[in-house]
Amino acid sequence: MTITGGKTISSAVQALTFTRRATVVGGLQIGIGALLAGRMAYISVAENERYQLLSESNRVNLTLVPPRRGWLIDRNGKPIANNKTDFRVDLIPDRMRDKDKTVATLAELLTLDPEEVDRINEELEQATSFQPVQVATGLDWENFAAVSVRLPDLPGVSPRQGFSRFYPSGAAVGHLVGYVGIASAEEFKENPDPILVTPGYKIGKDGLEKTFEERLQGKPGAKRVEVTARGKIVRELDSRPDIPGKAMQLALDVDLQEYAARRLGPESGSVVVMDCETGDILAMTSMPSFDPNSFSDGIGQTEYGMLRDDDHIPLRDKSLKGLFPPGSTVKPMVSLALLRSGIDPEETVRCPGGLRVGNRFFNCHSTHGTVNMKQANALSCDTYFYKMALRIGYDSIALMARELGLGAKYDLPVASQSYGTVPDTQWIKMRHKRVWEDFDTVNSAIGQGYFLSNPLQLCVMMARIAAGRKLTANLLYKKDQPTAEPLDISPEHLSYVREAMSAVVNGNGTARRARLPLDNIKLGGKTGTAQVVSLKYGRGGRDVPWKFRDHGLFVCFAPVDNPRYAASVVIQHGGGSSSAYPVARDVMTYLFDRDKAMKRLLAMEESWGGTIPERMDRKLAAYRAQKELEKAIAEGRITPEEVIAASESTDPGLGQ
Amino acid sequence: MLLLVMASFGFVVLYSAAGGSLTPWAGLHMVRFLVFLGMAIVFSRLKENFWKTIAFPVYIVVVIMLLGVELLGAVRGGSQRWLSLGFIRIQPSELMKPAIILAVARFYDLLPAGQIRTWGAIWPLLVLLSFPCALILLQPDLGTTITVVAGAMTVAFLAGLPMRLFIGGAAAVAVIAPLAFFFALEDYQQRRVTTFLNPENDPLGAGYHISQSKIAIGSGGIFGKGFLNGTQSHLDYLPEGHTDFVFATMAEEWGLMGGVAVLTGFFLLFRWGLGVAMKAKTRFSQLLAAGLSTTIFFYVAINLMMVMGLAPVVGIPLPFLSHGGSSMMTIMICIGILMAIDRHPGRRGGTFG
Repeated sequence: MTITGGKTISSAVQALTFTRRATVVGGLQIGIGALLAGRMAYISVAENERYQLLSESNRVNLTLVPPRRGWLIDRNGKPIANNKTDFRVDLIPDRMRDKDKTVATLAELLTLDPEEVDRINEELEQATSFQPVQVATGLDWENFAAVSVRLPDLPGVSPRQGFSRFYPSGAAVGHLVGYVGIASAEEFKENPDPILVTPGYKIGKDGLEKTFEERLQGKPGAKRVEVTARGKIVRELDSRPDIPGKAMQLALDVDLQEYAARRLGPESGSVVVMDCETGDILAMTSMPSFDPNSFSDGIGQTEYGMLRDDDHIPLRDKSLKGLFPPGSTVKPMVSLALLRSGIDPEETVRCPGGLRVGNRFFNCHSTHGTVNMKQANALSCDTYFYKMALRIGYDSIALMARELGLGAKYDLPVASQSYGTVPDTQWIKMRHKRVWEDFDTVNSAIGQGYFLSNPLQLCVMMARIAAGRKLTANLLYKKDQPTAEPLDISPEHLSYVREAMSAVVNGNGTARRARLPLDNIKLGGKTGTAQVVSLKYGRGGRDVPWKFRDHGLFVCFAPVDNPRYAASVVIQHGGGSSSAYPVARDVMTYLFDRDKAMKRLLAMEESWGGTIPERMDRKLAAYRAQKELEKAIAEGRITPEEVIAASESTDPGLGQ
Repeated sequence: MLLLVMASFGFVVLYSAAGGSLTPWAGLHMVRFLVFLGMAIVFSRLKENFWKTIAFPVYIVVVIMLLGVELLGAVRGGSQRWLSLGFIRIQPSELMKPAIILAVARFYDLLPAGQIRTWGAIWPLLVLLSFPCALILLQPDLGTTITVVAGAMTVAFLAGLPMRLFIGGAAAVAVIAPLAFFFALEDYQQRRVTTFLNPENDPLGAGYHISQSKIAIGSGGIFGKGFLNGTQSHLDYLPEGHTDFVFATMAEEWGLMGGVAVLTGFFLLFRWGLGVAMKAKTRFSQLLAAGLSTTIFFYVAINLMMVMGLAPVVGIPLPFLSHGGSSMMTIMICIGILMAIDRHPGRRGGTFG
């Protein structure tokens, strides 16, 4: 077909062209139609599965329901950790639009204090998109409803009803049970299970909560809901209930634990009580402590700062991780070693107030005159033990110490324990590359020098002496605890030492004030005073600064004639054993007569300024006020001179 | 009859799109269809000469209406596509689709056969196209512009314009298109093109329409999820599920079977349309019938390609199924004229008459 206009084109040719070209158009149309049909078949048949999945994931929103954690209960079934119904509000950073405005609205609705708002803002900044940021927990219904109603204006806000961990005894069980908390970003990276970032889901972060995480955590429930593109829930499709975690029964007597914690009062220290028949740990408390409830709810900056800055180290579990020179509390143990080495208990030693060893003179705290083994224990005469230990050599004492459980790491479900040192000739070679000298024997014989133990070990030592059996410390309750095998020590020796310990309290000994206020039940014990600094600072009594004071220790058991309970009390920088044995006496009294012991405690708490939570709250308020003041000074709002002037004008005794 | 079936199917789909309710779409859709069907039947009674006579005047009136839209928009501020005539709001750009076909067909009818290969056959076409295209592009409405140009070009092609012009034109478009993309298109149009090329890049943003539409079609499978059971449309994941993306709404519930049925319906419609053109005896009615049926074809093709992710998102509805008055009116005008030509094939004119 030529193109130029030279040729005449008739209508007939034109009609032919039309027909031909119309066929082309029709063909093209059929082609496109076939293409469309093919494309549609491809999408809906070949890729059907993929798109169906996509459509389902569009439509269905899976919400995980955090499981209820298993309870921790004590030997009598009383809850140590349980779950309480909780109304909470969280923020999902990803879904928020106007962060500042949302947080401000929430702060107003829930009357959050400025510190909380700061924390929320800070966490929002750090949070990766998936991590919910907690706004508030433990809300009452009115506040919760107020937020729920305004939800459409508050994108990213997630109010929910769930369960939160509750520790009825609060600080008393803090160290032992630990606490729970939101999984950290690292934990999520390690195990990217979506339940970890579900608001309200907590994992064990410390103590038993951490050790038994797997058992306690349970299985999450799930809820499948149909949602529109805008996130509105149309209907619930199905739900699977959560499977709560399994409960755990501890050997603990939580009432005793709480009593011991309260009885420690303002002191820094530890009380451990064991059952002499089973080895069950009835109480293991370290004070001051932290309230695991605050940790589990997400602890405030200020409260954490206070705990961190406290020189009484509330964040450290002293009963397991506090190492102290056991001091004279090892003397019953040394006595057993002496007896086994053939020393006649009636043999006497003259105490002129110390002993010269080589060119050094080792002091005794008093001049005791002539003492036999029983009196040496009762009066805690150092000279006797210096002399006798030198005679039998230290290694046989170290052997006895280990047999009684000192220096050992116990098989306990705890994250860590410091197990201290029982020094001997081998150890000193390895550790200090020198030969064991006589002064080492002398120091170690009275539980000083390199000797270090934790309060639990002291209690185990006491329990083994009291029971005459190789008891092991149990944290978990077992119904039929197998009876421990007897110690490789002659029963006569044991009963002699127990008699000597009774003399400490009931005879003319060093802890006469520790006598139990009960008829027919006698306490046997041994005092200990562990030096913190050398004597040139003076005898570390109550007249020196707190951190230079001696530690006060006391180990005891009762009743003397048929031992059932053993206990150890350590008061850090208590200024001597007299700080420890009254505590031990009252705790032991509690085991036999709760009312009597309670009456005594309440009177004392009044003088200390209230119960543990009351005192902790007051302390927190004071700490907060002080931080505020420091901040104000740092920001130049107040000058230090003004502060001094202000404190002079008001009665310093009335500080908040 | 076919029309009735298709429009009824549209009614059913819209009924479902509204969540099983006559309002707001399905009822109105049917009422409109019946009204416009009446209009089409009236049109079908009109003879070829009537269409010949009004071809240019209609074209001029619509151009003026387009101009009016622009002016109103300029006065009120902001772009506007609607012209409110008090009782009815119409989109003049929609009316331009049949109008341009009428005008171009009339022009080639008037053009002596001998001149078809001269310059004189080309420049009037360009003039006829330039006014409406410029005005519609100003709105801006790229989709309609393309349909208008394509309709006119089809008529010109059928009229016997030299083949090399079309081949050359296609080549020119291939060169100009990228340039136009970067310099002439609005930002939002550019984004539509890029998302079309790669919708998965941005499934929550600009690619959302295409992704969700494909999910709707794909999840329907062979037999669909069942009437009123579409989740994509009922839970608002599918945007514009009652207008431009009505095919996706339908395919989700009726599956491939429904899709094939709709395609078959359209196939029959176009076969009838081209058949009418082939049977027509006069040059004007031949060109007109072919042009009109091709216009409807463009609606269908572009819409379906867009819905299935083969073309960028341009706002073109699917005839008979989509909810929307103006496009329904356009389609029914085309159908009416086609029926008129079917009724009066005319006597063969020209030298052999």
